[in-house]
Amino acid sequence: MTGRIPLVDYLVLGDEPHLAANECTSCGARFFDRRNACAACGATGFTRVPVSSTGEVRTFTIVAHAAPGIPVPFVAAVVDCDGTSVRANLVNVEPDADHVRVGMPVRLTTFPIGTDDEGTEAIGFGFEPIDGGAP
Amino acid sequence: MSSDDLWILGIHMTRFGKHPDKDLVDLASEAALGALADAGVTIRDVGVLAAGNLMSASAPIGQLLLKQIGQTGIPVFNVANACATGATALRVALMAVKAGEADLGLAVGVEKLAGAGLLAGGSRSADAGTWTPRGRYGAVAPVDGRIGTETMPGVFAQIGMEYGHRYGGTSFELFARISEKNHAHSTLNPLAAYTKRFTLDEIMNDVMIAYPNTRPMCSANCDGAAAVVVVNGARLATLSAEQRRRAVKISASVLTSDPWTESCQVLPDVNTLTRNAAAQAYEQAGIGPEDLDLVELHDCFATAELVHYDNLMLCEPGGAVEFFESGAPWRDGRLPVNVSGGLQSKGHPIAATGIANLWEVATHLRGEAGDRQIEGARVGLTHVIGLGSACAVHILERSAA
Repeated sequence: MTGRIPLVDYLVLGDEPHLAANECTSCGARFFDRRNACAACGATGFTRVPVSSTGEVRTFTIVAHAAPGIPVPFVAAVVDCDGTSVRANLVNVEPDADHVRVGMPVRLTTFPIGTDDEGTEAIGFGFEPIDGGAP
Repeated sequence: MSSDDLWILGIHMTRFGKHPDKDLVDLASEAALGALADAGVTIRDVGVLAAGNLMSASAPIGQLLLKQIGQTGIPVFNVANACATGATALRVALMAVKAGEADLGLAVGVEKLAGAGLLAGGSRSADAGTWTPRGRYGAVAPVDGRIGTETMPGVFAQIGMEYGHRYGGTSFELFARISEKNHAHSTLNPLAAYTKRFTLDEIMNDVMIAYPNTRPMCSANCDGAAAVVVVNGARLATLSAEQRRRAVKISASVLTSDPWTESCQVLPDVNTLTRNAAAQAYEQAGIGPEDLDLVELHDCFATAELVHYDNLMLCEPGGAVEFFESGAPWRDGRLPVNVSGGLQSKGHPIAATGIANLWEVATHLRGEAGDRQIEGARVGLTHVIGLGSACAVHILERSAA
């Protein structure tokens, strides 16, 4: 079995790859990072919950100028996944303003981003248009 | 005047732009000495100094400044607060005066940024030889460009596009027209880094940085400094009639940070803390947005200016596009915004920005703005955002004396 590792620990691989958030057991606020306490209410209890793998593009930009080594242009976006905001790239869509629009329905997809010296494959994620998505 | 009131006694900004022959301390000295001269006082009158510089924040910029202009032994507070650094220095000086620890204070902001490129997301480290989870997200490799963007033009592009999604009416052209306004305004400002008027076509066809922000729609990295002498009403009352006449009242001074909102850790929420700061400032000043004669707001990108029309309540909620389309924020409009040229053309030497915007407004309130004077200006508002986030809002009023 080849080793695979997610790009970030909030990406859960497996038969149905999905994102998982740390949800405050007191107020329900959701976070993707390791937590010390809840930024919304200050409580310290969290439970890990799956995040919806479909959503709607709430905003985006098409980055044309980035650090050396980052392929451009690419679409950076915020996706509203049933009330949980997720930062991600939009993939499998032409990176231009004729093909990307706010409000567009999208779904999570995963893909390899590279293999390290020990043969382990890192898996990244993005969101792609549903039903081709392009207007 | 009340003895507790806070006033600008003197204020100065250097020309913004390229100053290859001057270091940080040269620029800070020029601004500080200029503000002291404008105030009609010397460094020996100053009871507290707050100094801001972001890119060399570990250096004691305040003490380095005093070693050039006067080591009087006063307390020095060196502050860093992202792009709100200058305004934060001012807040610190004002708090010291308000607390009674000094009756006259100096705040300085200085930055050397000419030639700097992307300030965040400008470089990305190479992938490691083996994937090892690191940091708060357990990332095995750098995520900039793989999970969204860390560049400021891209972040603020999304902030403007989100407003458009929520309320409608935005377009690439609309954002470009906001930039067209600010570049047009800059042609009257001899201290601006860039004073070139761009046509709409030139702006839209310039190099795309992060859609919809092209290069002229982004704040201009440059060198510059600004300084302000503040004083309480009791001390001002002892000064000359001319000093009292030119003093500008600080009717509100507010600093906020970003309160938690659902998506704020995914995309910075620059709206809520600005709206909170504005609400507190209007309350403190007993003044409403309808009373303002001019506004200098933090147009770090054309997409940011639009959302702040709404956040500062210059329009009805959701009405930022209509506010712009009405012509209101042009210098001959109902409520001129960024008559200095704003960060897109005046320039954005980070730590200087949050004091330079007060210089612009104060200069109009004193009737000393020359060719770009907003006639009869009595009340103005300044706004600055430091991503991370910090927001400062000041409301200034012309002296009644």
